[in-house]
Amino acid sequence: MTFPRILPVGDAALVVEFGDEIHPDIHRRVLALDHALAADPFPGLRETVPTYRSLLVYYDPRQLSWDEARRLVANALARSTDTPMPEPREVEIPVVYGGEFGPDIGFVAAHTGLSEEEVVRLHTSVTYTVYMLGFAPGFVYLGGLPEALATPRLPTPRPSVPAGSVGIAGLQTGIYGLSTPGGWRLIGRTPLTMLDLNRQPPTLLQPGDRVRFVRIG
Amino acid sequence: MLEVLDGGWLTTIQDLGRPGYERYGIPVSGAMDFFALRVANGLVGNPPGAAGLEITLVGPVLAATAPCLVAVTGADLTFRVDGREMPMWMSVFVRRGSVISFGGRRRGCRAYLAVAGGIEVPPVLGSRSTYLPGRFGGWEGRALRAGDRLPIGPVSGHLPERAGRRFPPHRLPAYSDCPTVRAVPGPQDDHFPPEGLETFFGAEYRVSPTSDRMGYRLEGPPVARRRAEIISDGVPPGAVQVPPDGQPIVMMADHQTTGGYPKIAMVITADRPLLAQCVPGESRVRFAAVDVAEAQRRYRETMEMLERSWE
Repeated sequence: MTFPRILPVGDAALVVEFGDEIHPDIHRRVLALDHALAADPFPGLRETVPTYRSLLVYYDPRQLSWDEARRLVANALARSTDTPMPEPREVEIPVVYGGEFGPDIGFVAAHTGLSEEEVVRLHTSVTYTVYMLGFAPGFVYLGGLPEALATPRLPTPRPSVPAGSVGIAGLQTGIYGLSTPGGWRLIGRTPLTMLDLNRQPPTLLQPGDRVRFVRIG
Repeated sequence: MLEVLDGGWLTTIQDLGRPGYERYGIPVSGAMDFFALRVANGLVGNPPGAAGLEITLVGPVLAATAPCLVAVTGADLTFRVDGREMPMWMSVFVRRGSVISFGGRRRGCRAYLAVAGGIEVPPVLGSRSTYLPGRFGGWEGRALRAGDRLPIGPVSGHLPERAGRRFPPHRLPAYSDCPTVRAVPGPQDDHFPPEGLETFFGAEYRVSPTSDRMGYRLEGPPVARRRAEIISDGVPPGAVQVPPDGQPIVMMADHQTTGGYPKIAMVITADRPLLAQCVPGESRVRFAAVDVAEAQRRYRETMEMLERSWE
């Protein structure tokens, strides 16, 4: 397989795949194309969804055929390599770790062989990148979790996880935007409003943002 | 105002959805059968995206606190005004104090009720659609229940004169209990061996009783896969995901915006209303492969026909 490749996604979307792995360089190329399309949108472009290694592009099939849409996106792709990207934002997320806000911190400690204190220290020791928002409204997927903290998901998801919960699933860490069912191991919670439907954009974090967790409480 | 005397099984306010927010994890939502909602709105003189009611399987009981013009389309749930059955796919004048109700279900899953002026709840991110899992949009983010009082937007002209407008039956989609739904293979069709694609496009699937506005789970011959998972990426409505058990799931209006199961095919937009009218636990469905150009022709035809119908 050679990347990038542009594939049709039904009659109203296409996807540009940049690779087949989770890697910061691949993600940067996803964001570069997203940025190029936002900076100079073509008529008929509806919306884009950046994810780990691909960009989903919705277009209006009454204005553009698949061939036309593919050509316009290929042009933007060529342009995107030399479009300057804005500096990523740096955002601090305050988190109360453990206790009732992080009911799985004990499991994470036991699983990783660390103390709860070391789990917190490691989790707050690095800068993460927002890879994508998805699955549910405002859920933030972060890359860069120290490998020592990797812990599998719950065998059975909780019926309800409070908004703002910070969790670990495998090598990922993430933040719940809304109260939803969820299977990530919860280690803490932020008091920040991650999703506000009266705000534009509605989420506090955007793909590409750099995030540091800060312990409070 | 429409006063809800009984909410029915699952009645929600829906318009054509809130596009533009999938990058924030917020699905488009909106009417599952966009065709039926657009026609209902057209019959009462609304713009196509006005908010109406999506009525699932068992209809509500509604009292009109003022005269209004309504139209019911989609599933046939025996539409009645003051106990008398009224035609569907037609604008109907409802007097002040009259009661709209529904009898038994004859066919389909979702009926749509549009009222001239539209249902005027406050929009959330540009749409009045209810998104039940997120508990936002529509009426307090939930299904209607007794005691809710739905405000109706302003209307002009003499309403009784606008009653009796019909949508020609020969222009309806091929609604059926066992429809053949067209789908474009991909975007991850290369994650499936040839026999996986043959199974999916050859077999008949039952729509599982656990299907809902988020997704239609299908039961039938398991689809063989080459690779278990993909790295999570964007999932549009209409995407057919195949999880490890090989039983396909079609993403519907309230779909999750990203996912890690390979997508074998995309249901064409023009045929999504056929799927929306499939009854969980009852309907059976087959898929037929078409290419993108064909899918786009069908979409343009459908939209042009819908627009021509109101000239």
